[in-house]
Amino acid sequence: MKLIDHSRVLNHMKPRVSFNIFFRSLFLLATLFGLLVLGILLYRIISQGLPYFNFQFLQNLPSRNPEQAGVYTALIGSIWLMAVVAPVSLILGVGTAIFLEEYAKKNAITTFIQINISNLAGVPSIVFGLLGLTVFVRAFALGSSVLAAGLTMSLLVLPVIIVASQEAIRSVPKELRHASYGLGATKWQTILRVVLPAAIPGILTGGILALSRAIGETAPLVVLGLPLFLAFLPRSVFDIFTVLPMQIFNWTSRPQEEFQALAAAGIMVLLILLLLLNTIAVLIRNRYQRRY
Amino acid sequence: MKKFKFVVLLLLIVTSISITSACGKGNNNAGDQKKENGGAAGNLEGNIKVDGSSTVYPIMEAVVEDYGSKQPGVKVSVGSSGTGGGFEAFGAGETQLSDASRPIKKEEQATLKKNGIDYTEFRLAFDGISVVVNKDNDWVDHLTVEELSKMWLENGTVKKWSDVRKGWPDKEIKFYSPGTDSGTYDYFDEDILKKKPLVEGATLSEDDNVLVQGVNGDKNAIGFFGFAYYLENKDDLKVVPIDAGKGPVTPSHETIKSGEYTPLSRPLFVYASNSAVKKQKEVNDFLQFTLQNAGRLAEDVGYVSLPKEEYQKELDKLKAIK
Repeated sequence: MKLIDHSRVLNHMKPRVSFNIFFRSLFLLATLFGLLVLGILLYRIISQGLPYFNFQFLQNLPSRNPEQAGVYTALIGSIWLMAVVAPVSLILGVGTAIFLEEYAKKNAITTFIQINISNLAGVPSIVFGLLGLTVFVRAFALGSSVLAAGLTMSLLVLPVIIVASQEAIRSVPKELRHASYGLGATKWQTILRVVLPAAIPGILTGGILALSRAIGETAPLVVLGLPLFLAFLPRSVFDIFTVLPMQIFNWTSRPQEEFQALAAAGIMVLLILLLLLNTIAVLIRNRYQRRY
Repeated sequence: MKKFKFVVLLLLIVTSISITSACGKGNNNAGDQKKENGGAAGNLEGNIKVDGSSTVYPIMEAVVEDYGSKQPGVKVSVGSSGTGGGFEAFGAGETQLSDASRPIKKEEQATLKKNGIDYTEFRLAFDGISVVVNKDNDWVDHLTVEELSKMWLENGTVKKWSDVRKGWPDKEIKFYSPGTDSGTYDYFDEDILKKKPLVEGATLSEDDNVLVQGVNGDKNAIGFFGFAYYLENKDDLKVVPIDAGKGPVTPSHETIKSGEYTPLSRPLFVYASNSAVKKQKEVNDFLQFTLQNAGRLAEDVGYVSLPKEEYQKELDKLKAIK
């Protein structure tokens, strides 16, 4: 007498295997669907925008003549915006996360703050635009400047950075901290030299997501009253400026077909800028990823 | 450990560079302007902020583009946050000029008065709101103003083509209209519907290209939008002649310019703050340039210019602000 009836096992295995295959192909389909849509999008944009995508396009100002139109001021404006958003949102975001994770006591107030931060992440961006308009543009009298827009955008992406940084800090093993304390390190030394380096990959992942959102966002900037046409560049953070998504949005709503192609070329520039930013972040992240 | 310090240092350096370079560039700015000032082309300097209607934006963009070669020292920025949004900024004193695709409203006038801002209205060009139907629509030859308002007014029933005129198909009408924030919607609502609500089943979009697509894809559709959008898509759409009592008139350059195409031909405006015109030479100069060139540039971007003598009238209005 056998302990295992082989034929019964085989019988049992069949539905299990087919079940596995079913779900496997389901998830594969889900992945492919996303890739397919992305592929179609890229194909459409590139085939439409390529004729206009050249060095001139990067150097010219917007124009009524599609052949002469370009994204110079918008591109430089977007870079200026990032130069404000990246440091402000990272310093504030990571600072908040360190405080909440390492210093704050777990009580009703911190829980309340925590819930509010998570909720803020879901607030529509136009609301932040209105906030920026009343606080930065009007009350602080910054006008539609790089600083006002940068601060508004930083507020918009802060929740994402805070939540991601908190997760990253929380996932640093307790043993590392204990070892550090055991060697006589102070709390600040532990945070700076043990916790933060270990948490950097997670923090940067949040940062990438946040900056990608900030660079593509249009609605809050429209509310802030950013202009579309500028023939000059911002010289300081207090100067008026414009950004790529606004220029793209304007071109898509023009009646002439040439402007739709210009919009596609503008999207290409935006995507390349985004890829560049992300590459830098991924490179920094990879330096730290292998540590623990 | 060292690597981490390196990154922190890098961040600090990047931040400080961006701040210092910001300050440094401020200094360069002065030098540049002096150079431009010394040039023969222009001698005016200053900042002008224009905001308002997205319909007028293409005209303003063209004007500023050309103005740049005449007065490179004057920094003009043009926004397109909509007629209403433009007037809000204008009322708050944030802009000196405001584009509008409809005349200023009573409430907006009240805000301006409260804030002590005197203004003058200038006409820039004409736009003919074009009513269009699908290309395969073979029954509509023209519509009277009454029929238009009957169609577009909300009365709680499903609208069919057969309700509009006898003999037309017993099919539901699909409506496409610009969004409620646009001056085009306001104008249509005020002039055709006498401020009563638009039919609820209508598809509203702030992007006129969406309306073009919508009407293009549905045999029973009707929509309206700016003349430029019809002109650009005239092979895919059928424009409806409008009868305001003197026989059906098709929108065209001639009929819009002469005013024959009523009531749907509308003027496009720019509003100027009187104190800015008086105090800032560059605003006065820019407006003068705008009014002298608006006709030609409006035609360039798909609108219809005013008759020549009308621009002279507008220029006289500008001279009168003293």
